[in-house]
Amino acid sequence: MNSLNDINVLLPVLPEIVLAVGAMALLMIGVFAGDGAARFVNWLCILLLVGVGACVFMLPAGRLVLFEGSFVVDDFARFLKLLMLTGSAGTLILSLDYLTSEKLQKAEFGVLVLLATLGMMILISASDLIALYLGLELMSLPLYVIAASNRDNARSTEAGLKYFVLGALSSGMLLYGASLIYGFTGTVNFTGIAKATQGGASIGLIFGLVFLFAGFCFKVSAVPFHMWTPDVYEGAPTPVTAFFAAAPKVAGIAIFVRATIVAFPGITHSWQQIVVFVAIASMVLGAFAAIGQKNIKRLMAYSSIGHMGFALVGLAAGTAEGVQGVLVYMSIYVVMTLATFACILAMRRDGIAVEQISDLSGLARSKPAMAFFFAMLLFSLAGIPPLAGFFAKFYVFLAAIEAGLYVLAVIGVLASVVGAYYYLLIIKIMYFDEPAKPFDSMPFLLRVVLGAGGILTIVFFAYPAPLLVAATAAAKSLF
Amino acid sequence: MNWPVLSVVTFLPLLGALLIMLMVRGNGPLAKGTARWISMWTTLVTFAVSLVMVYRFDATSAEFQFSEKYDWLGVSSYHMGVDGISLPFVILTTALMPICILASWTSIQKRVKEYMIAFLVLETLMIGTFSALDLVLFYLFFEGGLIPMFLIIGIWGGQRRVYASFKFFLYTLAGSVLMLLAIMAMYWQAGTTDIPTLLRYNFPAGMQTWCWLAFFASFAVKMPMWPVHTWLPDAHVEAPTAGSVVLAAILLKMGGYGFLRFSLPMFPLASLDFTPLVYTMSVVAIIYTSLVALMQEDVKKLIAYSSVAHMGFVTMGIFAANQQGVAGAVFQMISHGIVSGALFLCVGVVYDRMHTREIKFYGGVVTRMPIFAAIFMVFTMANVGLPGTSGFVGEFLTLIGTFKANIPVASLATLGVILSAAYALWLYRKMVYGTLKPALEGIKDIGLREAVIFTPLVILTILFGVAPKPVLDMSAASVTQLLDGYNKAIATKTAATTSNPVSVAR
Repeated sequence: MNSLNDINVLLPVLPEIVLAVGAMALLMIGVFAGDGAARFVNWLCILLLVGVGACVFMLPAGRLVLFEGSFVVDDFARFLKLLMLTGSAGTLILSLDYLTSEKLQKAEFGVLVLLATLGMMILISASDLIALYLGLELMSLPLYVIAASNRDNARSTEAGLKYFVLGALSSGMLLYGASLIYGFTGTVNFTGIAKATQGGASIGLIFGLVFLFAGFCFKVSAVPFHMWTPDVYEGAPTPVTAFFAAAPKVAGIAIFVRATIVAFPGITHSWQQIVVFVAIASMVLGAFAAIGQKNIKRLMAYSSIGHMGFALVGLAAGTAEGVQGVLVYMSIYVVMTLATFACILAMRRDGIAVEQISDLSGLARSKPAMAFFFAMLLFSLAGIPPLAGFFAKFYVFLAAIEAGLYVLAVIGVLASVVGAYYYLLIIKIMYFDEPAKPFDSMPFLLRVVLGAGGILTIVFFAYPAPLLVAATAAAKSLF
Repeated sequence: MNWPVLSVVTFLPLLGALLIMLMVRGNGPLAKGTARWISMWTTLVTFAVSLVMVYRFDATSAEFQFSEKYDWLGVSSYHMGVDGISLPFVILTTALMPICILASWTSIQKRVKEYMIAFLVLETLMIGTFSALDLVLFYLFFEGGLIPMFLIIGIWGGQRRVYASFKFFLYTLAGSVLMLLAIMAMYWQAGTTDIPTLLRYNFPAGMQTWCWLAFFASFAVKMPMWPVHTWLPDAHVEAPTAGSVVLAAILLKMGGYGFLRFSLPMFPLASLDFTPLVYTMSVVAIIYTSLVALMQEDVKKLIAYSSVAHMGFVTMGIFAANQQGVAGAVFQMISHGIVSGALFLCVGVVYDRMHTREIKFYGGVVTRMPIFAAIFMVFTMANVGLPGTSGFVGEFLTLIGTFKANIPVASLATLGVILSAAYALWLYRKMVYGTLKPALEGIKDIGLREAVIFTPLVILTILFGVAPKPVLDMSAASVTQLLDGYNKAIATKTAATTSNPVSVAR
């Protein structure tokens, strides 16, 4: 009887348990069945992610707290977990055909993605510094490995190594910041820290905060900790790049928002200026640095740096509206990113993947449907109405204006105009230029992801209510 | 009786675009024909339905009619409706679209399907811009129009189409994003983005200044006003004929419409403060761009610069803020929509035949194309503002309005009338009269399709020139209400400032 109660207590963490046990089981299957069954195992990984998503969905409503307050399941966590799981499952679907044709199909790939996803699940729910670090490292270690998963390729191994070294450094900084915060507040729990910092913060705590933020910024690749992004994006196998662009960004933003809003509400003015600076720097750098890029994956790296800047505009506001804006932004960003990477993965000529932007020339003639969706996604990434990307930007800037951050908002929208330029360049190449040799036929799974993402992006304006309602509820649960 | 006529008008073209997208396959002659006919019928039906609105419109009321309101974003709702200021623009749009489709019938041969889709989507967005009664919805339509127009210029444009399309897109976007921030600030101030509610809301004076400037950045680029007009000649020159028509006739009017719908009624105090700025920019536009037009070697560029000059009359009339000025501005915009659209179509006629727009290439076409010469004459005269054509009424009313408000400005603007006669007649003489250039020996006069295009435009130009009453009556009540609100706000402000010293003295 007693043990049954203990199990009931663990209910909030059920999705994580299912994921962990499932990942181990799939690892066993993968090891015993050999690489021949890799595709099958990766399909099972996708199914497992769907199952975990269903578990998250079916958890009892309200705020569930576990492990002495270090693990929290609230609407915020539910929303972001579902979004992150979508990102993970989406990238796994994108990767299937690529891995087969590049002869990288290994069961470990899916399992590593699952383990990283597990880390992100913990990260999203983390409510003290220990759980935060635990989740962050569990997320990062598999990411280092899959970045280098094309191990015979120098670029891929370089990307993995670079990511590992810089990632370890950032983890160190984060840990240092966490220890400073613990030292100056006497607690690792977010609510405890909030109590301790109610009246203001000592200089030591501010130091700790800065180091903590440095670690977060690294994970979401915000300026000035973005340097790894272009190289890793370019070097890693394309589905891995898609994964980096989607799921870890969601988890990173999630913990950034939760830690900032829950643990440091008393010293808003202290962290607000940091976030404002990071947001401005990311938006501006993302916009300007992307202009000269020739490689589409590098371009997407700078694009994602810029997008993180826009998402952080919502956090800078520090209000429920701002958090709602961040959530809407991340949701739309994940959908757009997955669909965009479906296009990038479809850039294959005679069985060889090509990555130059100029390879897209005249796509509108050779592959009109793909070009149409890609163009709409690019317009959406640029934030042109009535596409979904506009609403993403709309809500974060709405919050920034409410919070009186006019300078941030003006710089942000102007950066989005500069950013529009390089998205337009791609559209120009696809639509205005003469056709190059057509790409190979697009695999079915990529079509599905591109079609679904593209249509969601285009028709979002017609029925935005479900996402907005969910995001509002999720944002409220933090305040 | 209760069907949502405005939404039907707005979204019918989009439906047509979807139909073409889903039904038409391939690029053969059959597919091209189907795409053309579907878009032709869609635009014609849209026009017919929009006439229902004219029939049912109550011109004595200044309220928004055909209103529809549904929940949409939480922040803002899907709220549509038209009044006497916006309805003429809606009709102008629906009326010109079939003409644009017909004008592209033979001149567009590559990617016909995509072309028609782009035009139909553009029509939806343009109608939506004029009938949106919510700021966010307005912004959505206003900015959304950039996408199809960018593609139209970039895909079907001339030599330097890439440069022109980028310039068009980025200029307009840069102007508009600041307006978006102003919209957000207004939302937090007034708690809504509903336009009818905001029209009755009194914004604090300091905020009015900033919001006015942000809106001005957007509308001045769109209008376009000197010195941010430079995207227009490039866009016009490179766009295909129908693209130029839509650009000149409808897209430019969004700027003027924006001034009338937002700047003047929502920020009356700032409008008053900035009137000298607008006057200066308008007068410079009228005189300077007229002089620039005199120097052009490209027909389309000349007409583009003349558009900038004519829009100068519009902004001047709007900010004169009296009945004649504002009504004249509305009329001038409608008239310019017809006349400049028709002039671009005239250029299209000769361009389709000779594939050049250089003025010096042409000469003496009257001997080979007498009907064309007559039609071109009508629109040239309307462009000059000859009495009896619609161009005269608008120019005259705006000048009267400005004379009432500010005599030096009006006097300077009158110079523009002379200059417009200079460049328009010069262009006409160069192209139509003189000895026939040898290269033009084989040029053919306009055919049946082109005659069908021009007939309604000629009729409307002369009809509105002789009897401008229908348009003026349609907008009168709304214009009066706009000005009443404006003058009341100014009067309250003046009363407050003059009564203050008294209270201090006491």
